[in-house]
Amino acid sequence: MAKLTIEELKKIKEKTAKYTSLRDGPANIKVTVHMGTCGIAAGARDVMSALMQEMAEADRQDIRVVAAGCMGMCSSEPNVTIEAEGSEPIVYQLMDANKMRQVFKRHVMLGEVQTDFALAKM
Amino acid sequence: MRELSLHILDVVENGITAGGNCIWITVEEDHQADQLKIVIRDNGRGMPIEKLQNINDPFITTRTTRRVGLGLSLLTVAAERCAGTMRVDTAPGKGTEVEATFQHSHIDRAPLGDMAATVTTLIIGNPGIDFVYSHQIDGEEFSLDTREIRAEMDDLSLSDPVVIHHLTESIRTSLTELASNDNAS
Repeated sequence: MAKLTIEELKKIKEKTAKYTSLRDGPANIKVTVHMGTCGIAAGARDVMSALMQEMAEADRQDIRVVAAGCMGMCSSEPNVTIEAEGSEPIVYQLMDANKMRQVFKRHVMLGEVQTDFALAKM
Repeated sequence: MRELSLHILDVVENGITAGGNCIWITVEEDHQADQLKIVIRDNGRGMPIEKLQNINDPFITTRTTRRVGLGLSLLTVAAERCAGTMRVDTAPGKGTEVEATFQHSHIDRAPLGDMAATVTTLIIGNPGIDFVYSHQIDGEEFSLDTREIRAEMDDLSLSDPVVIHHLTESIRTSLTELASNDNAS
């Protein structure tokens, strides 16, 4: 019987040890991926996977990722909302893995709103 | 939905919305019996029986953002299209259990897809919720329990993207091994 063993977890822990010690700061940016039935069917999981990968590479301690439900705008899914402290939340529409990477690199990291993909300010 | 793992992701999100704090996901593949079974159980607030009778009616939903709910209807159609069955057990206060079976070799059966991504997407997107995932292929099992992970590795944060990234790879490798063991035997 295979199981995710403690050994494997220890390996994961070793690989990540140098990062995790830094990770206690407050969250300044919240990234919400909307994952209702509509979002999932439209590809929200791929968006989330790309986001996780970017986060792993960026190694920023002040970003939180949340999965939320449907916003009621199913035709524009997958939707992603970025809430940065001190500015209005921006909802992005029709996201995919590549758009997510761009939004992460430009908006989340540098604060440049990607108006081409944006649906609305909230 | 193109993959069964997306249906799983969807139904699990339902369970979380229903107030569950622990979700059990079981996938059983039995080539002998030619069956694929998916069971998703939550310890949320459950549903009254009259909702259950209309479970596949997309216009019966507890949501408030819009008036149509499609999650379970889509899974039912996917199962029935593949000579399978769908069963939902629920009672107020007792949580909900959803079981879908599929004929494993059915030509219309969608691939299971990326279960590793489904599981880690759930973990990182829902901090504070525990997940127990068990995947069996012809009696061989892979399992993962976030409660155990949290207990054993108190300083290993499951909301850490770096940890999640490695965890995804680890699950993916284990599942590939599980499937290839099966082919070899």
